Amino acid sequence: MFTVPTADVLIQGIISGLLMGCIYALIAAGLSLIFGLMEIVNFAHGEFLMLAMYTAFWMYTLFALDPLLSVPICGGVLFVLGVVTHKGIIRRILGAPMLAQIFATFGLGIFLRAAAQFLWTPDFRQVSEPWVQGPVRLFGVSVGLPQLVSALASLLAFGLLIWFITKTEAGAALEATAQDRQAASLMGINTERMFTLGWGISSACVGVAGAFLASFFYVFPYVGSLFGLLAFVTVALGGFGSIPGSLVAGIMIGVIEVLAGLFIAPAFKYVAVFAIYLVVVLIRPQGLFGKF
Amino acid sequence: MRKHGRGRGFAVVAALVGVVLLGAGHARAQAKEVVIGFLYPMTGPSAQIGIDALNMIKVAMDIVNNDVNINLPLGKGAGLPNLGGAKVRVVAVDHQGKPDIGLAEAERLITQEKAVALFGAYMSAVTNTASQVAERMGIPFVNADSSSPALTERGFKWFFRTSPHDGHFSEVMFDFMRDFEKNRNLKFRSVAILNEDTTFGTDSAKVQEALAQKFGRTVAAKIAFRAGTTSLDAEVGRLKSANADVFLPSLYTSDAILLTRTMRNLDYNPKLLIAQNAGYTDPKFVAEMGKQAEAAITRAPFALDLAAKKPLIPVVNEMFKKLSGGRDMADVSARAFTGFLTLVDAINRAGSTEPAAIQKALRETNLPADQLVMPWTGVKFDEKGQNIGVRAILQQLQGGAYHTVYPFDLALKEPIYPVPTWSERK
Repeated sequence: MFTVPTADVLIQGIISGLLMGCIYALIAAGLSLIFGLMEIVNFAHGEFLMLAMYTAFWMYTLFALDPLLSVPICGGVLFVLGVVTHKGIIRRILGAPMLAQIFATFGLGIFLRAAAQFLWTPDFRQVSEPWVQGPVRLFGVSVGLPQLVSALASLLAFGLLIWFITKTEAGAALEATAQDRQAASLMGINTERMFTLGWGISSACVGVAGAFLASFFYVFPYVGSLFGLLAFVTVALGGFGSIPGSLVAGIMIGVIEVLAGLFIAPAFKYVAVFAIYLVVVLIRPQGLFGKF
Repeated sequence: MRKHGRGRGFAVVAALVGVVLLGAGHARAQAKEVVIGFLYPMTGPSAQIGIDALNMIKVAMDIVNNDVNINLPLGKGAGLPNLGGAKVRVVAVDHQGKPDIGLAEAERLITQEKAVALFGAYMSAVTNTASQVAERMGIPFVNADSSSPALTERGFKWFFRTSPHDGHFSEVMFDFMRDFEKNRNLKFRSVAILNEDTTFGTDSAKVQEALAQKFGRTVAAKIAFRAGTTSLDAEVGRLKSANADVFLPSLYTSDAILLTRTMRNLDYNPKLLIAQNAGYTDPKFVAEMGKQAEAAITRAPFALDLAAKKPLIPVVNEMFKKLSGGRDMADVSARAFTGFLTLVDAINRAGSTEPAAIQKALRETNLPADQLVMPWTGVKFDEKGQNIGVRAILQQLQGGAYHTVYPFDLALKEPIYPVPTWSERK
């Protein structure tokens, strides 16, 4: 059952796993941020990604704007979507029972998926001629240029996010709200504003990831569920609320997926991912970097 | 548009009044409408397939229910003549590509909607469960487009398939390899099989493996992957290591797009690629990836370029395009059209909506080749319910469009071999 791949196939696999992992991580970052901030799991997170990808696709189709150029637009659109979601839905259910909170975002996800199919048909669409496309030679093997660019950009976005949270006043206020809501509000922090900001930033992260993803992955109304599930696993593995945790976990998942596929069998790649996740959760329920 | 609709509405009312006035006594004794249950994926990754199929069925109903002068079963005259001009009505349900929903909806169509026959369900996995309900309740189930060979090996008495299955389809691939080797003095020693992990992909891979052995070719790799995956890097890595002479993928649209892009990124260059239909023949795949997937061959039961030999094709295609917003009919829609007309023709010949009478009529089906949009010799079922008139063809993407390349007597173009490597393309 076990096979040993040739050296260049192995190197190629590890590199592409690393690259894909960075993107998984950026998608998961927003999810983790929201949970850390207000202990709400956004089940519509995958659909936010889908909307970001459609935004990039439409910018390309209608205005001939390359996905790389529409990164700030996608980030901005999704920031607004996050804020609206918070103001319109989340704020009203903060004190509600856990189940109501789950169903609110779950229902939002179904609504967005169905609306996307209604508006844009279930067809698979893609950016046909993006600026960055095709393969590039790296360490003597061929890897996808869009994946490479997206991974580097994801790392950059992570850097910015961590800088924002640790080095700026607004970031510190966000962190304080996450640690203790009441104490933070006693210190004069407007926690409601922090929640709104958190939702905005979280959605903007997935917006940026979606724009990059659209340069090499097809878009359709259900694309979010493919990546959404991996994002939940990434967050649980890395630790709920930990931004560096999602980076490490995302990359781990990307690499494990490829290695299991190469050494065991591609049919087992998700088995390996979920097995490692289960082991981590059993030994360390809070995840690798979790505080809870 | 609206004016047209009103006109048609008026025509229907006038026709109804006419029926009441002229043939009241006779018509009352007969069923006024025949309900057929239609099960397809209308949401989820394969939603477009179901939407196309439904539009195609609307074309078929137009031909059956209205007086359309065209050489197809029930073209002339309105409604089903043997049932007092009864109209056909379709109740369409969305099974989302999920076998459990297909099963529940099949049950509902029979018990609640009083469907006299079921028609569906594209995905082999769903056809499998939904047809079990029909079998248990004694209702005919006609399948036009599921290709898992096992479906007609279950000993079912109420199951009929008009389409070729992956046995026929895969056999044509191996026939092609053999004939092409002779023509060009080549040798295809090994094949690599890549399949998605639902019933369709799994059964296709099984058949291909067995045929490879029969034809004396080694299977260098047989790789299954989870349908709708986010990455195919590991799979393509394995295929590169295996380095087989012929690459045989079986996958649906989304995975076919991802596969093509991954092959390009990882610089995987099989010399010959023969796909098991599905994703490779989705019009969206052809439109978006046609150029990149240049020289990919797929098996197909249908080709628009056969219009030169089949004058029915452009006529039906024009009717379809009016409903589909300009999309051409493609493989699945053409097969759905043929399967549905076969079923309606049988109901008419049965002269009754009794399931047993329809079943008997289906068994006696014998549609000639000139009444089909397919390149088949006809529709006639064997005792397992499989159409024996099927004929599969191979098409190759050349310059962004499919052209028939095999069997050589139907071929319109010479096959391109080997597939150009990624570095040779722009």
